[in-house]
Amino acid sequence: MLQFLFRRLIVALLVAATVMTLAFILTRLSGDLAISIAGPNATAADIEAVRKAYGLDRPVLSQFFDWVGRAATGDLGNSYFFQTRVSTLIAERMPVTLTLGLTGLSIALLVSLPMGILAAVRENTGFDRAVQMIALIGQAMPSFWLGLLLMILFGLTLGWLPISGTGSWEHFVMPGIVLAFSAIPALTRLTRAGMIQAMGSDYIRTARAKGLSRASILLKHALRNAAIPVVAIAAVQLGFMLGGSIVIEQVFALHGVGFLAWESIAKNDFPVVQAVVLVLAVIYVALTMVSDLMNAVLDPRLRA
Amino acid sequence: MSAAVSVNAGPRRGWKSASTWIGAVIVGLALFCALFAPLIVPHDPFAQDLNRRLLVPFWMEGYNPEFLLGTDQLGRDYLSRLIWGCRISMLIGITVTIVSGLIGITIGVLGGFFGGRIDDAVLFAITTRLSIPVVLVALAVVGLLGTSMTLLVLTLGLLLWDRFAVVARSTSMQVRNLDFVAAAWCAGCSRFRVLTREVLPNIASHLVVVATLEIALAILLEATLSFLGLGVPPPLPSWGLMIAEAKDYMFFSPWVIVIPGVALFVLVLGINLLGDGLRDAFATRSRT
Repeated sequence: MLQFLFRRLIVALLVAATVMTLAFILTRLSGDLAISIAGPNATAADIEAVRKAYGLDRPVLSQFFDWVGRAATGDLGNSYFFQTRVSTLIAERMPVTLTLGLTGLSIALLVSLPMGILAAVRENTGFDRAVQMIALIGQAMPSFWLGLLLMILFGLTLGWLPISGTGSWEHFVMPGIVLAFSAIPALTRLTRAGMIQAMGSDYIRTARAKGLSRASILLKHALRNAAIPVVAIAAVQLGFMLGGSIVIEQVFALHGVGFLAWESIAKNDFPVVQAVVLVLAVIYVALTMVSDLMNAVLDPRLRA
Repeated sequence: MSAAVSVNAGPRRGWKSASTWIGAVIVGLALFCALFAPLIVPHDPFAQDLNRRLLVPFWMEGYNPEFLLGTDQLGRDYLSRLIWGCRISMLIGITVTIVSGLIGITIGVLGGFFGGRIDDAVLFAITTRLSIPVVLVALAVVGLLGTSMTLLVLTLGLLLWDRFAVVARSTSMQVRNLDFVAAAWCAGCSRFRVLTREVLPNIASHLVVVATLEIALAILLEATLSFLGLGVPPPLPSWGLMIAEAKDYMFFSPWVIVIPGVALFVLVLGINLLGDGLRDAFATRSRT
């Protein structure tokens, strides 16, 4: 178990280091940063001043190791636009994104677990096919478009929910539903496939032969095994959701980390962009580690 | 996962299933629109006319039979823009998939076929790629370098190769140990020949399925980026861009976002239906 943990940790660190390098290269893609920061009307002297002020006159390698060295200690540099520390900016915006992500994941699990279980129990019936159709629809639904449609329906026609901002819990209902849509197809399919496999196994036959009730067989015996991959994927899905929430934050004007990244891209605020890419990647890597650990804890067979 | 599903699957799968055919018809229609867009558009999709702005589509009172789907906020014919948008979606979907397929299949086959250290490196590349937030990085690249179709295709292609790599790796791992590959080695075939003549043709059906699903994903992502203003440059009528431009009018004339959205949804659904159908068709064939 310890060795397993250790190996996963090494890989996670290597991935983080690679993403760090890629994020750095990404923001240097446009060539001379100083020209883009100074803007279209800048004179040569302005550009030179900007270059000096932001340390862009130093060799690229020294800039790179500076960023890596500081990032390793939690210092992600300063924002060009906000003139504050990037880590503070991200910490301020993170609660909104996390609330959105967790709301989305909860809604997704609340919908896909019962749907997947029922579809597996009634395999090949009309209900099963309807659930598979819902999964396909969820897969094809553009999230930004669904967001706009919900705005028209719940915001304008019915007037039930606020259409933008973060003032109350009601503000997170629509974005949460939209975000959940992106995870529901995968989670439902996985629950269904896992349940079908579990229901066909020997230990379920044994449980039946012992005369256990249907509910007990389903929920205590089959679900416990079918849930292992679902729980694991749920953690990974949360990682995808946090990365993908940039679209939904923009549609609903939720000022989370995604919105911050979006603003920063528009303002050429490179330290923020590279930091958000890095932070989201690290969160994803951490979540996949949690997912592997949960798998190992829930299913002793995987620990070998 | 998918293998377990298809074994227990319902009575009608693959080409016997209606949903596969629905998918095929939608994709066929989209391909037709994409190829012949300049010939079939009823109006110039770029021609503005401020005298006929926001005309309503055919299912509403007082529509103009000349503009079946109405016009947008600049008076451009919506049907023509929709057809032209289909061309853009399909073009981007297919070219992105070619780029990502080339990268993913090469990486995946190398890892699966050679194993060992190479495979470790491949697995690491896939893990790293999955940890990178796609939409954010694509937005950043386009935001830094400017909007253009070529840049968009290259960016998405460089980001979306993971599923190709995963599938190519696992399938070539299975194929590498089969008898006909051993026979090819014995016959003295070169490494390159074994890879291209024995391994690739035998994993091709899996890759075709991945390709269809990737086209759908690329189309959705292009629409998302265009919606956020960092995808296809205006005035090109990308469906995502059409929705973004019409957003300000959606509370008064909802159809301006409903029409391009439905088109996008139906096309992606169609491609996915066809992809699922192909997977089942291949699965049935390999079992018998």
